[in-house]
Amino acid sequence: MKLIRIFFRNLANAFKSIFRNISLSSASLLCTTITLFIVAVGVIVTENINDFTRNLTKSLSIVAFVDSGSSNEEIERIKNEISSIENVKTDEIIYKDRKTVKEETLEKAEKGSTIYTIVSTWEDDNNPLQPEFIIYVKDSKKLEKTADDISNIDKVKSVKYAKEVNKQMTPVIDIIQKISIIIIIGLIVVTVFLIGNTIKLTIYARSEEIEIMRLVGISNTVIRLPFVIEGTILGFLGSIIPIAVTIWGYTICYDKLGGILFSPIIKMIEPMPFTLYTSLILLAIGGVVGMAGSYMAVRRYLKV
Amino acid sequence: MKFIEIKHCYKLYKDGNAAISDLSLFVDKGEFVFITGETACGKSTLVKMLYREEKPSKGTVIVGGINVAKVPNSKVYKLRRKLGIVFQDFKLLPKLTVYENVAYPLAMAGVSNSTIRKKVRLALERVGLKEKEKSFPKKLSGGEQQRVCIARAIVNEPKLLICDEPTGNLDPKTSKEIVKVINKINKEMKTTVVMVTHDKEIVNSMRKRVITLSNGVIVDDTQKGSYVADEID
Repeated sequence: MKLIRIFFRNLANAFKSIFRNISLSSASLLCTTITLFIVAVGVIVTENINDFTRNLTKSLSIVAFVDSGSSNEEIERIKNEISSIENVKTDEIIYKDRKTVKEETLEKAEKGSTIYTIVSTWEDDNNPLQPEFIIYVKDSKKLEKTADDISNIDKVKSVKYAKEVNKQMTPVIDIIQKISIIIIIGLIVVTVFLIGNTIKLTIYARSEEIEIMRLVGISNTVIRLPFVIEGTILGFLGSIIPIAVTIWGYTICYDKLGGILFSPIIKMIEPMPFTLYTSLILLAIGGVVGMAGSYMAVRRYLKV
Repeated sequence: MKFIEIKHCYKLYKDGNAAISDLSLFVDKGEFVFITGETACGKSTLVKMLYREEKPSKGTVIVGGINVAKVPNSKVYKLRRKLGIVFQDFKLLPKLTVYENVAYPLAMAGVSNSTIRKKVRLALERVGLKEKEKSFPKKLSGGEQQRVCIARAIVNEPKLLICDEPTGNLDPKTSKEIVKVINKINKEMKTTVVMVTHDKEIVNSMRKRVITLSNGVIVDDTQKGSYVADEID
């Protein structure tokens, strides 16, 4: 009962204190809002770049041409062998039999062209086209090795993949992903540092209050409590504007640009649930940094 | 019955200077003691050791049966809840009302609202500030602020009231009123009072036990004594 009473009294005190120390609270709130806004922009930009690179690597596929005389059992065996290769996305293996390959060839060819005329004369199940497997890989860096492994499977006649594109793109994507991780970590570190320092300054201004609390017999835990609650509240409040900008701002941008940035190949991430996750990250950073920052800052003035 | 027992106590600072040197002192329960002496003679260090703001370098300090030096930092608050401390600079929370300032130690200890109300009203009545409970410290005179500080110190009904130069910032007339309040608490509540002061007039008018310090050593300890710090080289 006592503990509950202490908690709720401190909760009420924390709210009162925000208004009683309005200039300090505003400074802290403004700092949190600005830094979290920068984090929001950073997360949105880097995540979009990351998503673009992820989509590029996803589109890298291997086409394995199978001997046209292969029986259904052999096709099944080949599929199983491909699935057993570690780097292959087993649930994304697509098999196209001769009929499908013929239909797709006709779709792609111009009506009346020589190719169209020739292919259309072939039978669905008995044509010179080779059945094929389209295979996607988990790690584009191992694309070449995976293609080699597939080509070694019996009855696989040849494999085709964008060898040169992959060679050039992989290191670039690697660098982009590493840079984006560094940017996010850097932004979070700067946020922690900036918000933490603002909290330190606001608590320094109230160090006498802490001293009085100590001298009248209040435990260190109870002294910390209103400051920690206040820090958490200010952290959450400080994340409101960046969250609003993330949700509405990004959605408006997405709608205005039609989900495309600069070129049709650069697609923006759909606003939902992306903006919700980003908002949760901002809320968590605001709350945790506000709480931990206050805890650490008060510690300096306590004899522990 | 002894309430404070200080035995062969030393307080040495890092630079080697001794604020207190081989000091032994006993104060009975319910006694009113003045601690006097010239500036930097160790008066404040001595009382700070009673509420464990300072730790003795050597020797023992026992307050109400508790060996103060052995209380861990994390438990010091428990000792302070049993004491009342009055400071020269009042140390009131400026953004809280008189009522809230006095209620503060009780509220933060989880005491129920009804008990707080009863105790705070009684404490404010004892110091003659019942009408000012809604005022903020800034709106009060120095004497009134010191009364609030006293009310906060006695709200828990402590066995020991430590007053560190409570009249240092007040004019002579207000100082007398404050000492009267402290004396009343000593008599009515049977609270032991240790009061640090260098106010000659007050010490001489009260005729209480006077302990005089010089360079961290007791040089005079007289029952119904007077201010002798001026006469000591």
